[in-house]
Amino acid sequence: MTTLLDTPTFGAAANLFCRECGATYDLGPGNACEQCFGPLEIGYDADLLARVTRESIEAGPRTMWRYGELLPVAPVVDLQVGCTRLVKADNLARELGMKTLWVKDDSGNPTHSFKDRVVAVAASAAKSLGFSVLSCASTGNLANAVAAAAARAGMRSVVFIPSDLEDGKVITTAVYGGTLVAIDGNYDDVNRLCAEVAGEQDDWAFVNVNVRPFYAEGSKTVGYEIAEQLGWRLPEQVVVPVASGALLTKVDKAWRELSQLGLVDGSPYKVFGAQATGCSPVSAAFKAGHDVVQPVRPSTIAKSLAIGNPADGIYALDVVRRTGGAIADVSDDEVVAGIQLLARTTGVFGETAGGVTVATLKALLASGQLDPAAETVILNTGDGLKTLDAVAPVAQPTATIAPSLAAFRASGLA
Amino acid sequence: MSVTVRVPTILRSLTGGQSEVSVDGAGTLVELLDKLDAEHPGIRGRVLDDDGKLRRFVNVYVGEEDVRFAGGLQTPTPDGATVSIIPAVAGG
Repeated sequence: MTTLLDTPTFGAAANLFCRECGATYDLGPGNACEQCFGPLEIGYDADLLARVTRESIEAGPRTMWRYGELLPVAPVVDLQVGCTRLVKADNLARELGMKTLWVKDDSGNPTHSFKDRVVAVAASAAKSLGFSVLSCASTGNLANAVAAAAARAGMRSVVFIPSDLEDGKVITTAVYGGTLVAIDGNYDDVNRLCAEVAGEQDDWAFVNVNVRPFYAEGSKTVGYEIAEQLGWRLPEQVVVPVASGALLTKVDKAWRELSQLGLVDGSPYKVFGAQATGCSPVSAAFKAGHDVVQPVRPSTIAKSLAIGNPADGIYALDVVRRTGGAIADVSDDEVVAGIQLLARTTGVFGETAGGVTVATLKALLASGQLDPAAETVILNTGDGLKTLDAVAPVAQPTATIAPSLAAFRASGLA
Repeated sequence: MSVTVRVPTILRSLTGGQSEVSVDGAGTLVELLDKLDAEHPGIRGRVLDDDGKLRRFVNVYVGEEDVRFAGGLQTPTPDGATVSIIPAVAGG
């Protein structure tokens, strides 16, 4: 069994509550409600949150922990995550006929994806709650983040991935020296196995299973950072890639919190979701007007988004509908073109999920669902170096020539 | 022969802490849940909602097959089968 640290610090977090039936539980491991299986979410002490000011945040470190007062745990494990760049994408905006477009580029995190944020909170919670092993089911980015965080924290890691993942995600996990288990199955199979293993291994913290309520809160820091980087205000539109849907819901949660705390002026915003057509259960539900998400079997090059049975899909639908946004999906060819478009116009090399987001932005503009005149932020959640295969066929040398001036002149490249 | 049911942590208070229980073979999943409930009262109501449908945040597998991709509550659960009840709120 796990042993608690002497004084686990949960900051302003007060309890766990069920999003479905409202049942409350003490802070600790667990992700599902005992009554109805609904997802557990961190509840906060409103009085403690109310003490947070712009000044108290700005006095913090240049990492995601500057928002520590709004997170459910202290930074026990810290890889200096966050405070990634917000790039003003003027060339891309011009090409798409938009007025103001920003790219929040989370490829700049220590293991090159936004997953370092969730793992920072999950690993700190795992340590505080006395777990000895850090584990996860992953489509790749999370695998990198868990293996690295465990290495830094001096914990054992056991990471489960589908066996068909890109080398750029397998090697970049295995190098950290933990246990890496490839499963002959898709992500949903891996996820199911991990849920069962989590029920047997009392001292293993599966970041996205039994400490998922803590983990998911880490994604709020993307939203906090965007607001602070814009000078403590919210954009009018945001486009977020959707796998489980958790990131989308947490960006919204972050912005609602900042509004409620008076840290931004609470202007309205629209949240848009982006999926690859080969795994688009949330987009399909949005288009059909459904409030349930029918699971699918994924088939797309955007493997980091290939979750056929998304845990937060219905909540992502709620957020998108409440804010007046939309969810759309794009083909794998459009994903590759999206990666190229972002790279060519902005100098940012996104992974396939970034390509999904850029291509979906384009599709939403074409359909008239997204306003080209409204200030927009899109999220690039991972680094293109991890998914080189996706663009290798279309990203090759312009020419290969002999090492002579004559050959260069003859090539017509000048 | 019987059916093995894997019980998630949050339902183990109803099975005396057991992570696996055996139930005599039943024709379909819904009949199996009735038998399970007779031995471990309350478990059916945790898995199914008031309308008798699978709660939306629980996944049930017969063998390796998600019953939502198979016959739902009418999925056959013959002797020798393994049924896994798993919280859906995971991953991502």
